[in-house]
Amino acid sequence: MLDWGFTLVLVTNGVLIGLMYSLIALGFVLVYKATDAINFAQGEFVMLAGFIIAGMIVLAGAPFWLGVVVALAGMVAFGFGLERIVLRPLIGRPIIAVIMATIGLATVLRGAAPLFFGAETRALPLPISDEPIVLGAITLPPGQLVGALLSLGFLAAFTWFFMKSRMGVAMRAVADNQQVAMAMGIHVERYFAIAWGLAGIVSALGGLAWGALLGVDVHLALVGLKVFPVVILGGLDSILGAIVGGLIVGVVENLAAGYLDPLVGGGTKDFAPYVLMIVMLMIRPYGIFGKRRIERV
Amino acid sequence: MAAGAAQLRVEGVAKQFGGVTAVDEVSLEVQQGEILSVIGPNGAGKTSLLNMVSGFYRPDRGRIAFEGEDITNLPPSRIAERGIARTFQNIALFKGMTVLDNLMLGRHVRMKSGVFASFVYWGLAQKEEMAHREKVEDLIEFLKLEDLRKQPTGALSYGLQKRVELGRALALEPKALLLDEPMGGMNQEEKEDMARYVLDVNEERGTTIILIEHDMGVVMDISKRVVVLDRGRVIAAGEPKSVQANPEVIRAYLGTKHAIRKAA
Repeated sequence: MLDWGFTLVLVTNGVLIGLMYSLIALGFVLVYKATDAINFAQGEFVMLAGFIIAGMIVLAGAPFWLGVVVALAGMVAFGFGLERIVLRPLIGRPIIAVIMATIGLATVLRGAAPLFFGAETRALPLPISDEPIVLGAITLPPGQLVGALLSLGFLAAFTWFFMKSRMGVAMRAVADNQQVAMAMGIHVERYFAIAWGLAGIVSALGGLAWGALLGVDVHLALVGLKVFPVVILGGLDSILGAIVGGLIVGVVENLAAGYLDPLVGGGTKDFAPYVLMIVMLMIRPYGIFGKRRIERV
Repeated sequence: MAAGAAQLRVEGVAKQFGGVTAVDEVSLEVQQGEILSVIGPNGAGKTSLLNMVSGFYRPDRGRIAFEGEDITNLPPSRIAERGIARTFQNIALFKGMTVLDNLMLGRHVRMKSGVFASFVYWGLAQKEEMAHREKVEDLIEFLKLEDLRKQPTGALSYGLQKRVELGRALALEPKALLLDEPMGGMNQEEKEDMARYVLDVNEERGTTIILIEHDMGVVMDISKRVVVLDRGRVIAAGEPKSVQANPEVIRAYLGTKHAIRKAA
């Protein structure tokens, strides 16, 4: 028997969490689209940003807003620096080189972060009330709501940037065809750096939202694992795909937790999105909105 | 630039790909405002030469100078900034984007206010945007693309896509325009239209044109000079008539599918 009230709660909460997945998946998609690099360290970026915010507030005693500003600036600088120092020399190398570089970076970040920030879990309290917001039958946890609104805000701003702004249009040109973009006088490397800088912004916002929800320690990096089902479902190179994929993963996860976990004793929440991902790879490997790549020889 | 000096000077450039010599010690000069065609059998090295001039390949040897300045090792984006635009043999439009977006992207090198300035001085950037839009509108009118502004380029016919690609290159306001088989795959009417546009650009804007083309009728009609490549080397150069009569050229073309037809 399906309980509609219960389902509604699961779905609305799934949507909120899903938007928070969309946000960090966008960082991954953006980098892949613009630079063809696959960033296996997206979760660690989020973790690093969480550490910076928590470190500023808890260890340095800074006000909340300052922690966020420092994290934003720091993550953009980190994105630029990473592109310039590590990734640019790898341009033209096989894609596996970039993948290995980001996997290596992920491990280094996970291992090194506790050296600076300590191993214990730090709470990252948002400056809002903890009271759940009740809307008729639906109860919205404020942390998730703020995270979802933050994600929505960024997704909207980013969509405008990508579709309308001069820089965004040039970035789309780079994503579409690097060679032709160069012939138009577009400095392609500059847009690679911008893509990584934007991934930094995404990570800072993700670190804030997810850090507030889960607390900040090395396990925060695990949210990055959810990026893969999201981007495979939506399509690796689709911004809209990142949003829709995030929503699907959020909702599926919650439905699995609500309906399947009680039947089997738990645990399906964590792998249900991966089942969907594998099915998607079998029937439509480029995802819902991804471009079907036609290789011309 | 001294009077009479060549606008584009290619000196002894060579390019090998894994032991295969694509371009072998090619030298040529192009004068400001002329239409130069580069012809030759398939695999003669025409596109490789074009790729070196536009910065996509780096020559193994030799030197390329544009308006007296060395551009041999500049990346494509810097060469585009200096005023050399190109089209590609296979149509290379930004497919998901509209005709207008493609043409506006051609204005990229002409956009002065930087990225951050455009955020700070919003009004100024808007004003600049309008000026660019006007330039693009002129091109749309010139190329008769009025009804297609908002069409995604992927949906256009082959001939129209080639025309949009020409428009995008023109949007750079180039001093020299490199066209790699602009009439390839076109029917006779489309070819005539394209030839007309190329001539108009050359006459009205004084743009230097370097053309790779297989249709000898078109080449002989519109070129001021013709350079013939065969197996990476220049085997003849000069006015269309003299090149056509050159026994070396006839020999190079014998046994290939592109026989020289007498220009009408």
